[in-house]
Amino acid sequence: MGQTVIEKIIGNKVGHAVKPGDIVTVPVDWCMVDDIMAPFCIKKFEEMGFTKVWDPDRVVLIYDHFLPATQIDDSRHFREADAFADKYGIKNIHRTDGICHQLMTEAGYVKPGDISFGTDSHTVTYGCVGAFATGIGYTEMAGILGTGELWIKVPESIKVEIEGALPANVTSKDVILSVIGDLTASGATYQTLEFCGSTVDNMSVASRMTMSNMAVEAGAKCGVFAPDEKTCEYCGIPYTEKEEALHADADAVYSRVLHYNAEELVPVVACPSLVDNIKPVSEVAGTKVDQVFLGSCTNGRLEDLQAAAKILKGHTIAPFLKMIVTPASRKVYRAALADGTLEILADAGCVITTPGCGLCCGRGGGILSDNEVVVATNNRNFLGRMGTSKVKIYLASPKTAAMTALTGVITEA
Amino acid sequence: MGMTMAEKIIACAAGVNATKAGDIETVTLDRLMSNDGTTHLTIDMYNKLKNPHIADIDKLVWIVDHNIPADSPKTAASQKKMRDFAKEHNITFYEGEGVCHQVMMEKHVRPGELIFGADSHTLAYGALGAFGTGVGCTDYLYAMVTGTSWLLVPETLRFNLHGQLPEGVYARDLILTIIGRIGANGANYKAMEFAGEGLHGLTMADRISICNLCVEAGAKTALMEVDDVAMTYLEEHGRTPKACFTSDEDAVFAAVYDIDLSEIKPIVAKPHFVDNVVPAEECLGTHIDEAFLGSCNNGRIEDLRVGAAVIKGKKVAPKVRFLVVPASRTVYKQAMKEGLLDIFMEAGAIVMNPNCSVCWGACQGVIGEGETLISTGTRNFKGRAGHKDSFVYLASAATVTASAIAGEITTADRV
Amino acid sequence: MAQKFTAKIWVLGDDIDTDIILPTEYLALKTVEDMKPYAFSPLRPELAGLIQPGDMIVAGKNFGCGSSREQAPEVVKALGISCVVAKSYARIFFRNAINNGLLLIENADLYDAGTEGDTAEVTPGKEIVYNGKTYEIASLPENLTEILEAGGLVKAMRKRNGLD
Repeated sequence: MGQTVIEKIIGNKVGHAVKPGDIVTVPVDWCMVDDIMAPFCIKKFEEMGFTKVWDPDRVVLIYDHFLPATQIDDSRHFREADAFADKYGIKNIHRTDGICHQLMTEAGYVKPGDISFGTDSHTVTYGCVGAFATGIGYTEMAGILGTGELWIKVPESIKVEIEGALPANVTSKDVILSVIGDLTASGATYQTLEFCGSTVDNMSVASRMTMSNMAVEAGAKCGVFAPDEKTCEYCGIPYTEKEEALHADADAVYSRVLHYNAEELVPVVACPSLVDNIKPVSEVAGTKVDQVFLGSCTNGRLEDLQAAAKILKGHTIAPFLKMIVTPASRKVYRAALADGTLEILADAGCVITTPGCGLCCGRGGGILSDNEVVVATNNRNFLGRMGTSKVKIYLASPKTAAMTALTGVITEA
Repeated sequence: MGMTMAEKIIACAAGVNATKAGDIETVTLDRLMSNDGTTHLTIDMYNKLKNPHIADIDKLVWIVDHNIPADSPKTAASQKKMRDFAKEHNITFYEGEGVCHQVMMEKHVRPGELIFGADSHTLAYGALGAFGTGVGCTDYLYAMVTGTSWLLVPETLRFNLHGQLPEGVYARDLILTIIGRIGANGANYKAMEFAGEGLHGLTMADRISICNLCVEAGAKTALMEVDDVAMTYLEEHGRTPKACFTSDEDAVFAAVYDIDLSEIKPIVAKPHFVDNVVPAEECLGTHIDEAFLGSCNNGRIEDLRVGAAVIKGKKVAPKVRFLVVPASRTVYKQAMKEGLLDIFMEAGAIVMNPNCSVCWGACQGVIGEGETLISTGTRNFKGRAGHKDSFVYLASAATVTASAIAGEITTADRV
Repeated sequence: MAQKFTAKIWVLGDDIDTDIILPTEYLALKTVEDMKPYAFSPLRPELAGLIQPGDMIVAGKNFGCGSSREQAPEVVKALGISCVVAKSYARIFFRNAINNGLLLIENADLYDAGTEGDTAEVTPGKEIVYNGKTYEIASLPENLTEILEAGGLVKAMRKRNGLD
């Protein structure tokens, strides 16, 4: 019987063919522990009675949620994680380099075919390079740190096929928001979203990351793209039969197939306060906005900043509106410095912060107050995520966000 | 009888020919600066007035700089209150443009002006020969409503500067040395006036840094004579003086100090007081967790150049968080153009948006229990930068950057 | 499995996300005890103070969607919630709950019938009796039952490491 991408990845790792519903114990290639969860994970690890980390070189510690620290106890998380790393010989530590999900592929850890777990739900991002990656709690992570393995249920796959050329004002963010709108926030629970078709073939890895990243907002366990030459170039490896073999078989079995014509897609926003409350931008156009946030592991990459800069070049943002730009990583920040993108954004009046989770994790980076409206390029618009529960969060693409910053009201790019 | 600079500015603002230290004068303010630290409280009081009224909208400058970007619903709410009020009343308003005193220096302050700022470091404006002083929000509100206030004319401590600072020694070292000498209350209620040929060799950045920190000696204001350097700065920023005052030959000073700049050495102010100064050498080897290059005191382009020169080609120590925070958007953009931001980013520093940052102790880079920060900020009071049991050392941009590289306090010539 | 018990019902809606269960602001408080007062605060700030040990939560679809924060099930358990009955769960929350020994029951109908303040009788792995009506509930897969029976994943791992 034919296999989906995710069945192949898991099958390769366990050494035999698997089918949806199988419960298998998989060896882990990478685990990522972020700064919020590190102290909790370390505590569980000690409680479990482990005396060593199964393979310190497979563990990556990333400090991003609390950077820069906004609360008195934040830096304790850095210190406890540092002490754990020193004790168990963990050397892969990124203390100020950017958002964990950006770094796990950008810094060369996760490669096609790998299995990764992270203590953050957006770990699904690494599906962009053809890896199985999903978020887990800190107790399970503690178990992996000790054993190097975890049980999983092989997920069914939903095939999301997108064909054709996207209109100029539609980005991969609009695509994934549209998919989530159609699937609903629980429509892919326990399943994998497998993205394919000519539209995604033509996308950059960065654009694919946006889609993998948000798969979890439909409840998915993974959001995966079969690795192609672009993927391998990004990962710094040659494209071989090994990667080619990870593509789905023609007779693979899917629980569901969604088909989209790219030409028919329009810019959309996720309206407050559910990620699946999707409306065309045109339907909410004119809504007054207090702040725009460009950043996060969803849309804080160079191409996102460039897209905004293209719109903002030579203009200034609307009076009394704030636009906060938080590049996803140090590498992105420096690239945007080098090509003039940050200068355009600074000239336009943006507040450019240091790379990190920023406003998306709701502990700083532009918190809002009652009745304020924010258009944000990140992944969640839950009640209270960016301040009080009376803050209204619209999720949008970098293009929509930049146009909105220019006019002060929600505007289609 | 001759008058001091402070007396002349107050006399001018009071519309009288002469005044002297100890007199109380009613003055008309030239400018009223307020920031997000306290403006929401001023607005609350304003709204409770029977006949709320603003004497002269054009004199008000409101600046959101303390918590940018906002770090909690509470700060977001106070900023919103400020923003909405500014919008409604058409008040000159900046948000995210930089630290208030730097923005004021770049865009508003004129020699000879008398300026109230609802922030203690308003003394910075003395670098342009303006009388800036910090007030609480009640005084601020009174001035905002009436356009006037009363002032006790201060005595003046005169500092005659001679010679030149040695290489690797900065204005920060000079003012810390002075504060160490006269003590944290050595200038209480007084004006600190700087003059002498040594002043002419100091850049505007140096001057702002010196005046800014005078409040840490308790001074009411700090003043410097307006010379060519100040006039050039003013012209470059498209402004003209209100008046350029100098103290008369026969002015009466409470004390006169002669400072030989060539004798100044790199200085560190140890926890928990600004006057707890020692030569940097005495702190060598002190472990640090965080370093901060920024603030209204040392976040200007000159400071970033110093830091970048020290760190270029080197790396921040692995466990040190090195925050680099330009004082304003203008500084940020200039640093970007000169490639300084990339030097810092390449070295592993955390380059932030212009704002008060950890100098204000909230929002960015808050330090935890038992941690040590070395900072170019203004204060090292207990708990200022975070946990009550944490430690702040104050030093120059060079010393702070060198320490960030070493992971312990050191001087630039040692890294 | 646990014995039959009676519990007072608190009714929450669809898509109760992890940011509602515990906002990010409180995630890094030192202990789960410290976090308890803030559970559900964006939606119902008073709720955490009203929940009594032994009460149950009845909710709609996709309970626990969002973040992988394990503080969410931990804080629900720390409040003394005996079980959550929802139409469906987000998967990370589900795993985290099991790993912490918080009983989750999937049931499609109780949410539509349940009224806050009423009581229901729960027999884990078998049924819920509410308002005279019986709602069947499925038993958990074997590997999950093992973790639950060990008293959570930490205890299961301690056993593996020969400690208990």
